[in-house]
Amino acid sequence: MKYLDEYRDARIVKGLLETIRRKVTRHWVLMEICGGQTHTIMRYGLDELLPPQIELVHGPGCPVCVTPASILDRAIDLAQREDITLVTYGDMLRVPGSRLDLFSAKARGADVRMVYSPLDALRIARLNPQRKVVFLAVGFETTAPANAMAVWQASRERLDNFYLLASHVLVPPAIRALVSSPENRVQGFIAPGHVCTVVGCKDYEDLVQDYNVPIVVGGFEPVDLLQAISVLVTLLEQGHPEFANEYPRSVSYRGNVEAQRILEEVFEVADQSWRGLGEIPLSGFRLREKFAAYDADKVFALNIQESDAPEVCISAEILRGLKKPTDCSAFGVACTPESPLGAPMVSSEGACSAYYQYRRHSLVTIQ
Amino acid sequence: MCLAIPGKIISIEDENGIRLGRVQFGGIMQPVSLDFVPEASLGDYVMVHVGFAIAKVNREEAERTWQALEEMGMLAGELPVDAKARSQP
Amino acid sequence: MKPLDCPLPIVDTETILLGHGSGGKLTAELFRSVFLPAFDNPVLNRMDDQAQLEIGNMRLAFTTDSFVVKPLIFRGGDIGSLAVNGTVNDLSVGGAKPLFISAAFILEEGLPMETLRRVVNSMREAAARAGVQIVTGDTKVVEKGSCDGMFINTAGIGLMRSDLHLSADQARPGDVVLLSGPIGDHGIAILAEREGLSFETDMASDTASLYPLVADMLSTGAPLRCMRDPTRGGVASACNEIAQTSGVGIQLYEEAIPVRAEVRGACELLGIDPLYIANEGKLLAIASPETAELVLAAMHKNQLGEGAAVIGQVTTENRGLVTLRTSLGTVRVVDMMANDPLPRIC
Repeated sequence: MKYLDEYRDARIVKGLLETIRRKVTRHWVLMEICGGQTHTIMRYGLDELLPPQIELVHGPGCPVCVTPASILDRAIDLAQREDITLVTYGDMLRVPGSRLDLFSAKARGADVRMVYSPLDALRIARLNPQRKVVFLAVGFETTAPANAMAVWQASRERLDNFYLLASHVLVPPAIRALVSSPENRVQGFIAPGHVCTVVGCKDYEDLVQDYNVPIVVGGFEPVDLLQAISVLVTLLEQGHPEFANEYPRSVSYRGNVEAQRILEEVFEVADQSWRGLGEIPLSGFRLREKFAAYDADKVFALNIQESDAPEVCISAEILRGLKKPTDCSAFGVACTPESPLGAPMVSSEGACSAYYQYRRHSLVTIQ
Repeated sequence: MCLAIPGKIISIEDENGIRLGRVQFGGIMQPVSLDFVPEASLGDYVMVHVGFAIAKVNREEAERTWQALEEMGMLAGELPVDAKARSQP
Repeated sequence: MKPLDCPLPIVDTETILLGHGSGGKLTAELFRSVFLPAFDNPVLNRMDDQAQLEIGNMRLAFTTDSFVVKPLIFRGGDIGSLAVNGTVNDLSVGGAKPLFISAAFILEEGLPMETLRRVVNSMREAAARAGVQIVTGDTKVVEKGSCDGMFINTAGIGLMRSDLHLSADQARPGDVVLLSGPIGDHGIAILAEREGLSFETDMASDTASLYPLVADMLSTGAPLRCMRDPTRGGVASACNEIAQTSGVGIQLYEEAIPVRAEVRGACELLGIDPLYIANEGKLLAIASPETAELVLAAMHKNQLGEGAAVIGQVTTENRGLVTLRTSLGTVRVVDMMANDPLPRIC
């Protein structure tokens, strides 16, 4: 597959590793922000291939992981109503709410369906005019335009049975929160390549200015990530906190103007609660007033109490790169993909799930 | 969730007012909204996320980077790091 | 910043979940915790794909299966051909010659007669091709809404050769892992027909009777350790079962595993690993290192095995685990499947 396979080339990976090895002179803590990047690293064992002085910690870049339990609770409440069909991305089905997840709700009779795209959600609404279709949409800035488009298209077609229940999170405010925390150990960031594809580079340039920390936009294949790391290491070794775009085939400085336009049209920035990180001001999206008719929160009277749960799950510290999943006492014992305690174990991009799948066992090399 | 992969636009049509492309990934085709990439046309590659094209793959940039990477791969030598140039708007 | 905000665990052991039927960890869990202790007997305790029974001086293989695939009809087959081939294959991988099948139907009130005829005809053709007879059966009808159109349960009987001892506990370090062809065809063909996923493909299910291929492989005289048809849970689950039962490690080579372009594309798009996708016409075999080439050659001569390849080896290291040597040369675990990406796949 063109523009994909080449970026898994073993020869080039080897060359990049060699380049990094020659440049690095001391310990550096780097964070890859996006969950998809974490999974590539785990899947290909890139962290094991890198020289030991480079420590990779995993960021909060998994929108499923940071979706507050209260959203799941609202979704489950809606799904259990007779006339509602709850439609969502596959990953959301197993994220724990306060008591249940959507999968269990489905097992108990709720009409819950999985889609790959918001376009499919719209299709379900069109084909089932007698059902109220609620689309549980989560995502970073990568997914927000697609979710916005669903609402915009629904309003254009004057669909009267389509609603959005959304939890969108914005990356830059989370990075600010991370970097300004006194416990922060991260010295350089790999910015999420697909978020930047949509929003462009300016926010990340600003972050570099404001916090004096190098940030490099990286893609999602082994070559892309190693290239980003290589540049980050150069910047760190030279003591130059700068911004660089190492995913230029997808990311332009301005980003995707059309996608930004639809975001502006449909959403406005709002305060947002992040599971594990707490409330971060102006770090999410909500539907604008003119789309109130499509806002599930406004249309349906939702009766959810926030619950205070005891803490065994350390997802907060994992999401902030302070701990690794293997530092958690519940990891692999009480908390597994079949019975997750926290979201990072559930999401296919969550750090805990990656560690569980790929790192639970210590492997012996075969001669 | 930020899974976006490159595919080639094989055909374009209009459905319900959405500019829809049939995009090929390896051996399968998927209908993809091209509303965010009005500049993309038949034969172009686009990055697709949840059924929406979010960028047209920049062939020139890809070529440029690729040549540098290949050389480095062959020589296992220094990769020219031109961080400043790439961050220009 | 607010302190930690974690939910209580969902400890939902009181209801059956879709995952219990996926052929992965939950299924194994359910079998071990509910069925095995209740039915407890030496034959069942072997946990093979088919029960091997000795009656007088005959060795019979006996298997059962249920088919709940959705949709009923798909490119390359239907629930009927799936049922016949699936049962035949369960018997074949134990080295038994499939002879007789039963077919019990649970039909939904309102199912079009046309659909039933089509499925039954498909079974007739599959049975003829596989050389088996459908000798007994049953029909029940349930109210509309109680089953998706049709469920089929089968049982199969085959005759085992006395000299064969194919079992999941027979793999030894040094053995070679063979695969008969590209993986993921069936799963992706089904996925393409599901609501919520609108990709187009010509991909057809690979459902087929594997007995002719097995017969060819056995006739080489090579001592095969174990064979599996990797259905639900895919190659990953089949290899995990063998690794665990034999107490060995299995290492697969990413670059050696055949995958069609369509399956690759779909998997990249959806973020699924082809190793976990169901196959309905593929064979996994563990062969001794001395005879692997011979077996592979025999596979290549048969149409069902034209894409056959060596995909891995059995090791002493990492016992009980399946590992994958990636295209970059690193090694990672291929875990037992936890959550099925594709429910109701067969």
